[in-house]
Amino acid sequence: MTVSRREFMKANAIAAAAGVAGVSVPAMASNVITGEDLTRLVWNKAPCRFCGVGCSVNVATLDGKVVATHGDIKSPVNKGINCVKGYFLSKIMYGKDRLQTPLLRKRDGQYHKEGDFTPVSWDEAFDVMAEKFKAALKAKGPTSVGMFGSGQWTAMEGYAAVKLMKAGFRSNNIEPNARHCMASAVGGFMRTFGIDEPMGCYDDIEATDAFVLWGSNMAEMHPILWTRVTDRRLSASHVQVAVLSTFRHRCFDLADIDIVFTPQTDLAILNYIANYIISNGKVNFDFVNKHTNFRRGDTDIGYGLRDEDPRQKAAANPNSGGSKPMTFDEFAKFVSDYDEDSVSKLSGVPVDRLRALAELYADPDRKVVSFWTMGFNQHTRGVWCNNLIYNIHLLTGKISTPGNSPFSLTGQPSACGTAREVGTFCHRLPADMVVANEKHRAIAEKIWRLPAGTIVGKPGFHAVLQNRKLKDGDINAYWVQCNNNMQAAANINEEAFPGYRNPDNFIVVSDPYPTVTAEAADLVLPTAMWIEKEGVYGNAERRTQSWYQMIEPPGESRSDMWQVIEFSKRFTTDEVWPKELLDASPDYRGKTLYEVLFTNGHANRYPLSEISPDHSNNESQYFGYYVQKSLFEEYAEFGRGKAHDLAPYEVYHQTRGLRWPVVDGKETLWRFKEGFDPYAKPGSDWDFYGKPDGKAIIFALPYEPAAESPDDEYDLWLSTGRVLEHWHSGSMTRRVPELQRAMPDALVYVHPDDASERGLRRGDAVKIVSRRGEVRTRIETRGRNRPPKGLIFMPWFDASRLVNKVTLDATDPLSKQTDYKKCAVKMVKG
Amino acid sequence: MMKQKTNVTAFLVLALSLFLGVATADEIATLRHGTPIDSESDPAAIPQVFDGDIKTKRNYPMQPPLIPHDTRDYDVNLQANKCMSCHARRRTEESQAPMISVTHYMDREGNFLAEISPRRYFCNQCHVNQTMTREVLENDFQDMDELIEERAAKSKDD
Repeated sequence: MTVSRREFMKANAIAAAAGVAGVSVPAMASNVITGEDLTRLVWNKAPCRFCGVGCSVNVATLDGKVVATHGDIKSPVNKGINCVKGYFLSKIMYGKDRLQTPLLRKRDGQYHKEGDFTPVSWDEAFDVMAEKFKAALKAKGPTSVGMFGSGQWTAMEGYAAVKLMKAGFRSNNIEPNARHCMASAVGGFMRTFGIDEPMGCYDDIEATDAFVLWGSNMAEMHPILWTRVTDRRLSASHVQVAVLSTFRHRCFDLADIDIVFTPQTDLAILNYIANYIISNGKVNFDFVNKHTNFRRGDTDIGYGLRDEDPRQKAAANPNSGGSKPMTFDEFAKFVSDYDEDSVSKLSGVPVDRLRALAELYADPDRKVVSFWTMGFNQHTRGVWCNNLIYNIHLLTGKISTPGNSPFSLTGQPSACGTAREVGTFCHRLPADMVVANEKHRAIAEKIWRLPAGTIVGKPGFHAVLQNRKLKDGDINAYWVQCNNNMQAAANINEEAFPGYRNPDNFIVVSDPYPTVTAEAADLVLPTAMWIEKEGVYGNAERRTQSWYQMIEPPGESRSDMWQVIEFSKRFTTDEVWPKELLDASPDYRGKTLYEVLFTNGHANRYPLSEISPDHSNNESQYFGYYVQKSLFEEYAEFGRGKAHDLAPYEVYHQTRGLRWPVVDGKETLWRFKEGFDPYAKPGSDWDFYGKPDGKAIIFALPYEPAAESPDDEYDLWLSTGRVLEHWHSGSMTRRVPELQRAMPDALVYVHPDDASERGLRRGDAVKIVSRRGEVRTRIETRGRNRPPKGLIFMPWFDASRLVNKVTLDATDPLSKQTDYKKCAVKMVKG
Repeated sequence: MMKQKTNVTAFLVLALSLFLGVATADEIATLRHGTPIDSESDPAAIPQVFDGDIKTKRNYPMQPPLIPHDTRDYDVNLQANKCMSCHARRRTEESQAPMISVTHYMDREGNFLAEISPRRYFCNQCHVNQTMTREVLENDFQDMDELIEERAAKSKDD
């Protein structure tokens, strides 16, 4: 329908006149409603639901509904702007297919693995679920249950889940989907610095002279940080941007130095830069001598595949993170193999660009920020990549000062806050502590008011291993919250799907929407999301941010927090703890896990009266105490006084977040640097206090090939990744019509020559085939991503085109994080 | 013909599942349109980008307007910004395109600049095209005007 402007004006004049003629309510007398009572919106702040940048948004509600969202002008992160996803946050709760009730697979009125999804009550859902968890625990013990959570859980939800699993069920089989995302970064931090998370912050962006992007498409995946990088680059003409990737993407639009390299050769380029710095006399020896040690790492460590895989058997030191001390001279000799000619040949990068890149780091007068995301982390040598980039910043002393910053970006809104700081990994406890350390377990047991020996010292099954263990029938009761792993995990054909559908297993999925993972489950629990509950997220620059509940969740939906705590009521210690533990601490006999974990007088010590009088708080109102504050404050005990200090809970509601450690009410912008970080010892200048001697480690680590490379039959590299318009698997954003229309399908991005050599043209239907499976999609030869010949790229957001049927579940043997960027495929018409 | 039939079926399944709201059968993953997880469906053709130059209503005043035309081969990079050749203030009389929002001239601190703020340089971080795909799920988001009218009507009844 088209209406000319003249017709429109005429029609409108009549409507306005009619309005005036029938005037009875003043507010309706005009075609514009002006009554203050009618048009006033209620505004609250919240961190964005999507990525790890952690923008703050203002959310408007009217009559219990979200009607608008926009970038928070008061937030130092985003200063009033959002990306396109952030601008459409208002609509993510309102997809018509929101789950309203629990759904259980039933046949003839009973649970049946092959039954149809049938609406049931929460009581019935939890009855069946508790029965399955109890049966597994009784038959095979704590390793037979598992939980797969998320860097999108609120910090307190992740904390509650850790308590239920590690203390309640005494099972360390709890993992966040952040294992797919951040584990290599964590491994790198722990190995080089002995303490997790970036030393710098976003303020580095405005202070630097150069940006180097290593496998990070910030323009699409961290758009608001990209606006800050763009602002800096275009505002100050001396600033340089180098972009490294295995294919050209939107960040190349801002690149002064553009580098497309052969997959896996980033390891060689990193060592080349170290070699360049040393051989050109640009080492900052004053810094290096005082603040670093050199070590030679074990090599040939395998590919994190199943033990029987030939590549695993062939490795000399499978899974070894061991290392031995070495001298600077030995290190210099080690990297001298990585000269410009051989690295240029290996990587396919021209020598002049390698030199230009190395000079950004070597020039003592230039401050440098390195950013990386999944290109480094999703890598079978991901921890090594992280170690090697720190080498470069340490050799030049370009670290922990404004504008000098090796900066690992996070993917998820609380990958730092929930996955890493709370420690929802199978080997971790809060505040960088680990289950394998007896002292750490004792600290946790003390804070949790539990008998000594409650927490098990052996790490549980990591994310990739969980799917293998489901397939093998070793995990039999499994709870997935706040993620979509049947779409996100690699090699779903061979591991995840047979694992979930294994008749021995009972799979529970909590989600707001019926995802692919929900469909693969046996019980689906409808879940409250984002501002339908109160919560806390921690972003990539250590900024902790909170929000209030603003609206009611639909139907019978309940938050992950409510689900975990309510479920704990169905277990007693006698059912799940061994006799010896209860004999030693008989006071705990006969208590429910709810009593032991969540209402022991400490974990519930803040009363309901302290919740915000202006907001609902469904969990607190249900359980009768201020759940979020009680759990947050208990959790904060782990880190206070240990360089992970969090502010009092209320402070986060009053501010746009604070960067930890927060000491004497002051946040910390640069860690390890005296004058910025209160934990750096006086007179130290720099103090890498995560290590006992205060020194960071420079590691000698070589280039080693990928787990699977193209050959005659599977002749293309496949890289997967994300897109600007959709958040991860698209379960929220694909329900926003504007975002769905903007990016409707996952196409495969192909070099035009690779297409024509196969008789293919843009738009043709193709099969992408690997040794593990195939996926069908359409070819794009001129889209936003421009791969070189020999490599194709396909995003994974599309539930109807599951690229993870094709990918390989090879992981970094140290971090256990999957390499989603490299496997071998062929592409055929069809 | 076969392909067309499958597409029609997919469309009907989609429509049906939307009608039911919550599916109660086996294939509940709405975005797979009834295709089981271990099967593959015919991939729909790449949809065309809407190029009709008709504005759509914003969901709320702060929503970045959608791009109502094709932008294929529009360079926005270190050398050029094609979008600004029509949407810059000085070009709008000639182009009759809407001028970029006044907010786009402000820096991080809220100061007005003479040109577009560098932080707003890459238009496509907020403004997106719309394809004419048919695979769009329904969304129950309610416009604030609708809610206010409901309120006004209610206050009239009271």
